[in-house]
Amino acid sequence: MSTDAVLYDHPGPKAKIRNLVLTVVFGIALLGLAYWIYAKFDEKGQWAGTLWKPFTEVSTWTDYILPGLGYTLGAAAVAMVLSLTFGILFAVGRLSDHRWVRYPAGAVVEFFRAVPLLLLMFFIFFGVPFLTEQPMSVFWAVVLGLTLYNGSVLAEAFRAGVYAVSRGQSEAAYAIGMRKGQVMREVLIPQAARSMLPVIVSQMVVLVKDTALGYIISYPELLQMGVNNVSANFGNVVQAAIVVAIIFILVNSSLTALAGWLERRTRRVGKAPKTAVLVDAGSAT
Amino acid sequence: MDVFSDPYNVDVYVTGFLWILKLTAASTVGALVLGVMLAAMRVSPVPVLRGFGAAWVNVFRNTPLTLIIFFCYFGLYAVLGFTVSDDLNLNNYWLGVIGLSVYTAAFVCEAIRSGINTVPAGQAEAARAIGMSFWQTLTMIVLPQAGRAVIAPLGSIFIALSKNATIVGTIGLMESSSAMKELINANGDAVIPIFLAFAGTFAIVLIPAGYGFGWLATRLAVKR
Repeated sequence: MSTDAVLYDHPGPKAKIRNLVLTVVFGIALLGLAYWIYAKFDEKGQWAGTLWKPFTEVSTWTDYILPGLGYTLGAAAVAMVLSLTFGILFAVGRLSDHRWVRYPAGAVVEFFRAVPLLLLMFFIFFGVPFLTEQPMSVFWAVVLGLTLYNGSVLAEAFRAGVYAVSRGQSEAAYAIGMRKGQVMREVLIPQAARSMLPVIVSQMVVLVKDTALGYIISYPELLQMGVNNVSANFGNVVQAAIVVAIIFILVNSSLTALAGWLERRTRRVGKAPKTAVLVDAGSAT
Repeated sequence: MDVFSDPYNVDVYVTGFLWILKLTAASTVGALVLGVMLAAMRVSPVPVLRGFGAAWVNVFRNTPLTLIIFFCYFGLYAVLGFTVSDDLNLNNYWLGVIGLSVYTAAFVCEAIRSGINTVPAGQAEAARAIGMSFWQTLTMIVLPQAGRAVIAPLGSIFIALSKNATIVGTIGLMESSSAMKELINANGDAVIPIFLAFAGTFAIVLIPAGYGFGWLATRLAVKR
């Protein structure tokens, strides 16, 4: 159901004129806003060619931006694999019939979902070395933080997915004599994972964005390399931030598009559970 | 818990969470107002407004909040000379509020839009049939029903917002995560109690808040 068609009728002559007037009025307002931003930039000399020029040079890309992007995607990829493992383990834990498994697993998942990721990263990076008495690699501080948080989010998503598999599936599996572990492993998880694929991919958007937190503990990711280091050399922090933001938007939009495509695909096959609609916004850290 | 017998440390802890509270409160209002306006734009009959809403959502939802906050300080304030207050802390606070609101508004907009989608087409059609305008249909028929459908997603957005408020520490506000970092560096022998105090505070407030929103959502859900 598309909202546009529902909220208002197909415009008649009067509505067309009104819409045209509104279009013009808001168009002018937006142009005004754009001009105001332009003028503000101009006032501070932010359109100067020297500030933008570094981005036309190959060395800026090969020295700063591409390595930064590599570190961002690398941390995101490792964290994704680990969070999937963590997510599946703890989802199964929370679904267990044994209280001594279910309650601790639930406590871990709830705890790590409620703690800000930055707090977690600070603890891992600054706190853990005091306990282990050896320095913590910044890469693993970022990855572990991301894993604990996103793994917990995914665990909840998987649990919802397993609940959404129709009861007949597990009943049939028990009826042909499968054991609990087999039902989970061979019947429930494959179907849940499939219907959860769009959620998993949208969680990757969250992961890619969250690697930027690594900047705060000086992990050389895209924000650190592309904005901080580039602007330290060329004094163009506004321009660098805009360029890096565009890169993030491109990467994340393609992931979102992939999630949308997967969702349409699963729906076509008719396997998408009706109750498993998760708003990825909630995990917007 | 010897660390917290020192009044200075307690003070750092309390100030940190006060900042989080203030950031969350102001940004919740900002994000809600902006988000509802954006959602109204995205479902309006005017293409320019739809385009603006869509562009806003796509830009801010896909940009890391860290980058937005970073830009608010180093771009908006340091380079473009945008100042809100002469007091340095207060200025950083408002820059943080701007960043958090602008970012969260994109998620609020999308949640409300998906809430609008849960309202059956018949409702809006009936409203139009008795001669209501777009504005009347939206404010009297669709949004009240959509609002009740989006309590759970909005709840998780605002819970995420309160956690995201820690990122404002990047631009020098001594909020709870920076406070924890300071305490850890000063008291290397008491890392675990410090972490448990800070993380535990978040957990004790936010876990019940999550269940509270869930309870409210089922209670207020429109029975269909």
